[in-house]
Amino acid sequence: MSAETAVLVMLTVISAATPLLFAALGELVVEKSGVLNLGVEGMMLAGAVAGFAVTVSTGSAVLGIVCAALAGALMALIFGVLTLTLAANQVATGLALTIFGVGLSALLGAGFVGVPVAPLPKLAVPGLSDLAVIGPLLFAHDALVYLSILATAGIGWFLARTRAGMILRAVGESDESAHSIGYNVIRVRYLAVLFGGAMSGLAGAFLSLSHTPMWAEEMTAGRGWIALALVVFSSWRPGRVLLGAYLFGGVTILQLHAQGAGGLGIPAQVLSMLPYLATIAVLTIIAAGPWRGRLDAPACLGKLFRPPT
Amino acid sequence: MKTAVTRRDFVLGSAAAAGTLGLAGPRAFAAEPLKVGFVYVGPVGDFGWTHGHDMGRKAIEAHFGGQVKTTFVENVAEGPDAERVIRQLASSGHELIFSTSFGFMNPTLRVAKMFPKVKFEHATGYRTAPNVSVYNARFHEGRVVCGTIAGHVTKSGIAGYIGSFPIPEVVMGINAFTLAARKIRPDTKVKVVWVNSWYDPGKEGDAAKALIDQGADIMCQHTDSPAPLQVAEARGIHGFGQASDMKTFAPNAQLTAILDVWDGYYIQRTRDVLDRKWQSQSIWWGLKEGMVKMAPYGAAVPENVRQEAEAAREALVSGARHPFAGPIEDQKGVPRVAEGQSLSDKEIAAMDWYVEGVEA
Repeated sequence: MSAETAVLVMLTVISAATPLLFAALGELVVEKSGVLNLGVEGMMLAGAVAGFAVTVSTGSAVLGIVCAALAGALMALIFGVLTLTLAANQVATGLALTIFGVGLSALLGAGFVGVPVAPLPKLAVPGLSDLAVIGPLLFAHDALVYLSILATAGIGWFLARTRAGMILRAVGESDESAHSIGYNVIRVRYLAVLFGGAMSGLAGAFLSLSHTPMWAEEMTAGRGWIALALVVFSSWRPGRVLLGAYLFGGVTILQLHAQGAGGLGIPAQVLSMLPYLATIAVLTIIAAGPWRGRLDAPACLGKLFRPPT
Repeated sequence: MKTAVTRRDFVLGSAAAAGTLGLAGPRAFAAEPLKVGFVYVGPVGDFGWTHGHDMGRKAIEAHFGGQVKTTFVENVAEGPDAERVIRQLASSGHELIFSTSFGFMNPTLRVAKMFPKVKFEHATGYRTAPNVSVYNARFHEGRVVCGTIAGHVTKSGIAGYIGSFPIPEVVMGINAFTLAARKIRPDTKVKVVWVNSWYDPGKEGDAAKALIDQGADIMCQHTDSPAPLQVAEARGIHGFGQASDMKTFAPNAQLTAILDVWDGYYIQRTRDVLDRKWQSQSIWWGLKEGMVKMAPYGAAVPENVRQEAEAAREALVSGARHPFAGPIEDQKGVPRVAEGQSLSDKEIAAMDWYVEGVEA
C-alpha cells in the first residue's frame, strides 16, 4: 500500500469514527449526570434530517449544522420532560424516542429523498495542508471533524477540572447528596440531556452532510446503538471514547479492505465481526488493567430522582 | 386514494375490521373499490428496493383511479411480525396483497391458508399455493449490460462490487457481470466486499472507498443506497446505479443503472383480480418483459460502447444471448458449463459458486 493510499484509508477511518465520537461523547455527559438516554439513534436521525433540510433549503451549511444540534436538543427536551419532570422510566422513554425519531425524520425528510447536497467544505490551512501525508491527515478536514476532537478534550477538561463538571458528576454519583447540599439536580440533568441531544444532532449532521452527503430514511443504520455501547466500554471516559470510536471505525474500514484484497482466507462474516470484537476486547482489557481505577459507572445511572418536597 | 397506516393503527383497527369481515367476502358491489395491500421490508424513502415497489403501488393508483384503493405497511421485519401484518391486511378487506421481500415467504403462505379468497403475490420467493403467486425479476440480465460497458470503460481492469449477503440472488449478479466484462476484457478482475446489510449508506460508502483504494475504477453494488455511486463521483471513477436511476447523486459517474420496474406487473395482476381472472403462477421476468430496464446511458459511455451495450441488451431480449452460456469455469478453474450449454433457471436460482475473475 502506497503512502498516498494509506492516507486515503486513514481519512476514511476518521470519517467513519466521527459520528460515533459525537454521539458517544454526548451520551457520556448525559450518563455522567445519572441519566440513561437510549434515544441516541432517534436524536441522530433528527439531526441528520434537520441538518440536511436546512442546508439544502438555505444553502448555508453552518445554519444546517446549528439546526441539527437544535433538533437533537429538541428531541432530548421531550425525553427530559418525560423522564425528569414527569419521572417516566428512562429506558422505556429512550427506546420510544428512537422509534419516534425514525418516524419523524422519515416524515420530515420525505421531500428530500434523492436530493443531492454539496458536501461540507474541507477547511484547509494554507501551507500546512499541502504537506505530504501529514497535511491531508491533520489539516484538511471539515469543521465537524475538528469540532469532535476539540469536544473530546473540552469534555474531558470540563468533567475533571471545572466546578460545573464536578457538580454534574456529583449529581450522577449521588443525587440525594447533591440535592441536600443545595444543587438543583433536575436542572443539571436537563442541561446534560440537552447537551447530549445536541451532540447526537451533530453526529447525524455529519452523516447527512459529510460522510454520505444525502438524506435517506434510517441512514444512521444503528450507529446510535454502537455509540451507546462505546460509552460503557470506555468506562465513561472521554479519551477512551475517542479511542473506541477510532478503533471501531478503523477495524471496520480495515476489514472492508481485507475483503477487497481477497479476504486473506478468512470468511467475510468473520471479518465483519472484527470491529465489534476488537473494540470490546481492547476496551475491556484497558478497563481491567492495573491502571483502571474504579469501573466508573455513575452510581445513580438510570435512577429516578424526585426532589423531596 | 392512498392510506398510509402504521403497524400500531393496524393493531387497534383489527378488532373493528374483524367485525365487518362477514360482509367482505367476494367483491359485493362493483362500485366498492378493490383494496390492494403492500408489505414492505424497508422504508419507502430508501431510494432503492422498497422505493421501487412503492412506485409500482402508485402506478396502480394512477392507472385504476377510484376503482382501487391501496394500503402499504413499511419497515416490516421479516419473521413473526410480518405474519401479523399480512394477516391484518387480509382480515381488513384487502383482496390482493403484495409481500415484497424474500423473508415474507412463509408468513405469506401461512396467512394465505387462512384466507383462501384473498390473492397473494410474493416477491422473490419460490413457493406457490392456489392463492399465492411468486414473481421475481432477472436483475442479472441488467448486470450483463453493465459488465459489457465496464469491460470497455475500465482502465485498471479492476471492478469493485459491493454485496449485501452472499445469497444466490447476489451471486448470480456478480457472475453475470464478471462474465460479460471478461468477454470484452478477458483480464478483468471483480473484487467483492460484503457489507452484511441491504441498506447502510455509511458502510456502503466506506466499502466503495476501500475498493477504489485497491485500484477499482468501476463500482457495482447490490445494496440499496446511492452512497457507493456518490463516492465514485467524488473520486472521479464510474459506476452503476442500483434499483433506481441515481444520476442526481452521480451525474458524471453513473454509466447506467439497473431499474426495477414493477408497474406493469402490478397493474396486470390488479386487473386480473378486478376481472376475476387471477390465477396462481410463478414468473421470472427480465429485460424482455420490461421488469428490468436500463437507465439512459451516461455521458462517459462512448458511442461505440453504447452500441455494444444496446446490442447486448437486444440479444438478451430476443434470447440470442444467455447470461450464463458456456464455456464457464469457476474461480478454481473447474469447468461448470460446457461449450454450447447454458445454465437452467433452476441452476441459476441456486448458484453458490463464483466464475473465474471474481475475488470474493
